[in-house]
Amino acid sequence: MSSERDAAFIDLRAITKRYAGVTALQDVDFTVQPGEAVCLAGENGSGKSTLIKIISGVEPATEGTIRIAGQEHAVLNPRISAAAGVMVIFQDFSLFPNLSVAENIAFATQLSTRERFFKPAATRQIARKALDRIGVEIDLDARVETLPVAQKQLVAICRALASEAQLIIMDEPTTALTEKEVRRLQGIIRMLKEEGVAVIFVSHKLAEVLDVSEKVVVLRNGKKVAEGPASEFNTQSLTYHMTGRDVPDVTPRTRRADAETLMHVNGLSKAGSFEDINFELKSGEVMGITGLLGCGRTSVAKALFGLVAPDRGTITLAGQTVPTGDPQAASRARIGYVPEDRLTEGLFLSQSILRNVAIGRLDAHTSGGFLNMNGLLAEATEWLQRLKVKAPDVQAPVQSLSGGNQQRVALARWLSRAPRVLILNGPSVGVDVGSKADIHDIIRDLASQGIGIILISDDLPELLATCHRILVMRDGRITDTLEGGTVTEEELAHRLAS
Amino acid sequence: MSNQTIMKNVTSAPEFRLLVIAISVFVLMSVLSPDRFLSSQNLTSMAFQFPEFAILALAMTLAMMTGGIDLSVVGIANLSAVVAAVILTTFTDPAMPAAQSALWLTLAVVAALCVGALAGVTNGALIAFFGLPPILATVGSGLVFTGFAIAMTGGSAVMGFPGTVALIGNAQIFGLPVPLILFAILAVVLHLILTRTAFGLRVTMYGANPLAALYAAVDINRMLLKVYVIAGMFSSVAGLIIMSRANSAKADYGSSYLLLAVLIAVLGGVNPYGGYGRVIGVVLAVLSMQFLSSGLNMLQVSNFARELIWGALLIFVMVINTQALASLRDGFGKTVK
Repeated sequence: MSSERDAAFIDLRAITKRYAGVTALQDVDFTVQPGEAVCLAGENGSGKSTLIKIISGVEPATEGTIRIAGQEHAVLNPRISAAAGVMVIFQDFSLFPNLSVAENIAFATQLSTRERFFKPAATRQIARKALDRIGVEIDLDARVETLPVAQKQLVAICRALASEAQLIIMDEPTTALTEKEVRRLQGIIRMLKEEGVAVIFVSHKLAEVLDVSEKVVVLRNGKKVAEGPASEFNTQSLTYHMTGRDVPDVTPRTRRADAETLMHVNGLSKAGSFEDINFELKSGEVMGITGLLGCGRTSVAKALFGLVAPDRGTITLAGQTVPTGDPQAASRARIGYVPEDRLTEGLFLSQSILRNVAIGRLDAHTSGGFLNMNGLLAEATEWLQRLKVKAPDVQAPVQSLSGGNQQRVALARWLSRAPRVLILNGPSVGVDVGSKADIHDIIRDLASQGIGIILISDDLPELLATCHRILVMRDGRITDTLEGGTVTEEELAHRLAS
Repeated sequence: MSNQTIMKNVTSAPEFRLLVIAISVFVLMSVLSPDRFLSSQNLTSMAFQFPEFAILALAMTLAMMTGGIDLSVVGIANLSAVVAAVILTTFTDPAMPAAQSALWLTLAVVAALCVGALAGVTNGALIAFFGLPPILATVGSGLVFTGFAIAMTGGSAVMGFPGTVALIGNAQIFGLPVPLILFAILAVVLHLILTRTAFGLRVTMYGANPLAALYAAVDINRMLLKVYVIAGMFSSVAGLIIMSRANSAKADYGSSYLLLAVLIAVLGGVNPYGGYGRVIGVVLAVLSMQFLSSGLNMLQVSNFARELIWGALLIFVMVINTQALASLRDGFGKTVK
């Protein structure tokens, strides 16, 4: 064990990290050997991002020792960590979209040489060398913003290689890739490992990278709960360790066959985002829209709520045309939208729980120019109780709540407006497992009350557990319509990424 | 809530700090210059002095609550005053009977308020519909408003009002200066708007997170338009008080009030990024500034040094508030499961 530790490239011992009274990591040991690929798995909030921040020097550890390539670092910052060969590729790749492929790859290297002037020839040479190393061909002069996602990722990998990376940390590397692209990525990873470059995959969906990895480490609530050879794990056991329990199979409730059609979407198109979207939504139906990251699912959701103005197409609700490109009109037609990013789009974090719910109902509780505070309070409290929000005080800021409770507050805002159609974009992202099951129950309940629900998600078990029908999108178009309850997770995954 | 937690909530509020500051400055000045600072003459003169810039600070507060700012308040005040002054000098003469001149005064006041509202519509439209950053939109429009006022007057002061004009700025009702009463009314109105109306709540929420307001289907454009219209009309009232007290109107009166209004709003705990602000805080900040200003005057500190002190104070308060805000955020890191 000790010799293995001596040879390790990264050797973290008993790392603990506390933020203002919250323990993000507790007593975690973590090693990576040269040329080894490690899967770091865990749900949102499990501490995996914190661990990455500590390795890359962005955050200091509260306790514990850090050794990189045999050298102990009492103080680590991003510069020291990068100089030691640790490179992080974030989910958004952190590339400069307006610069060329060559410039992006060579940027960091050229900075470190302290060269004062920009040298085009040297830049191209560095970039060419890095691309050759992984055996891919990308136009060196193309602007990065014009590249598809998979190629951007390759550019990011090359940038890391050009800076003499010994360890590449990849955050959610496969969420935007098709099956073919994933296979190519796996090939590149194998090649890198042969050259002695280590890789850490950080993800909550790891099935795709499991077979190129040697080791799996699972974090839950800041503690290491499982570690072992990758061959001993499969999707089920990973989920078990990540969540700490078996997730029961749930199927959507049967819906009434005679339900009337609620919403008609006809030929909705927006250049560059989505093309010719058609569907009908019945009352009491839960309809899923899924697809890879960047397939246009969020743009469609925003267009339905008027946040994106489509070029063409119509939306009708119960026989009446809903003006497009106007959130207030959509809201008046009683369409509700719970956005993807709770923290920036969904909630007013510094404001009270009460206000976060009440914002949708201010006009209804105004008489003689003044707000009826008691009426607002009573109504909000009722909805919070019905959704079982655990809040000590409705006057507390909404940021003091956990993710699951925050999501229920966002739901309560729209439910208090008695919506006819509710669009939920990633309703259980960043929510703990227990709350997730509760949110799914809420969705099923709402549907049985006759609300039409559109669920945008890439969480396949979630779709299978709640949806009567699932639309699959690729490159801005609906490519498949699947009946819920009959399709399996494998089949759905295949349709998504093929 | 026990008495202890109530006490703790009261003492940890930013407004409590302000109360302490206001009292400290008052005591300090009383000690440094007891016979002059505490004289009834000085106290009355202070009560006449501060309402004009305090009302501008209220206008600034409302704009800042949205995360914006209104740097055209002084320009609007002067343009409103010039319009009122031109109406008064054109249609009245000092020999006119009081009843008749009061009628013209009313008309001039209404015209001034309309100017403020129109100026506010301009600002609001630039910010809401053309998407200009408030700081640039209002710097630009402020110059335009001042320019109009100069064009109307040729840059010189307009004077020769009937005696009734002095009612606004120099009279007392039940021993209280009229400007003070006007300020009190506007402060209460703004307080009620911010805490008791749908509009006020939307302003606060929009200031806290504009994107979330968009996603919550708030009519943001109409809200912003209203904010700048109200700020414009408050500025007009300030302009009328200045006109009455100076017994004249001029395009460049009160130029030091702009910095002062920003300073008071920030000192009063209004978050310049939007989403937090209380009128009581602004009132306390006004009092602190007036005590400080009068005191420095009595200690014969030059006007230049006074601006330096204000500028330094502005930076100091912002640093303190930003630090306090950061520690507040850390406190909320604890989640309730």
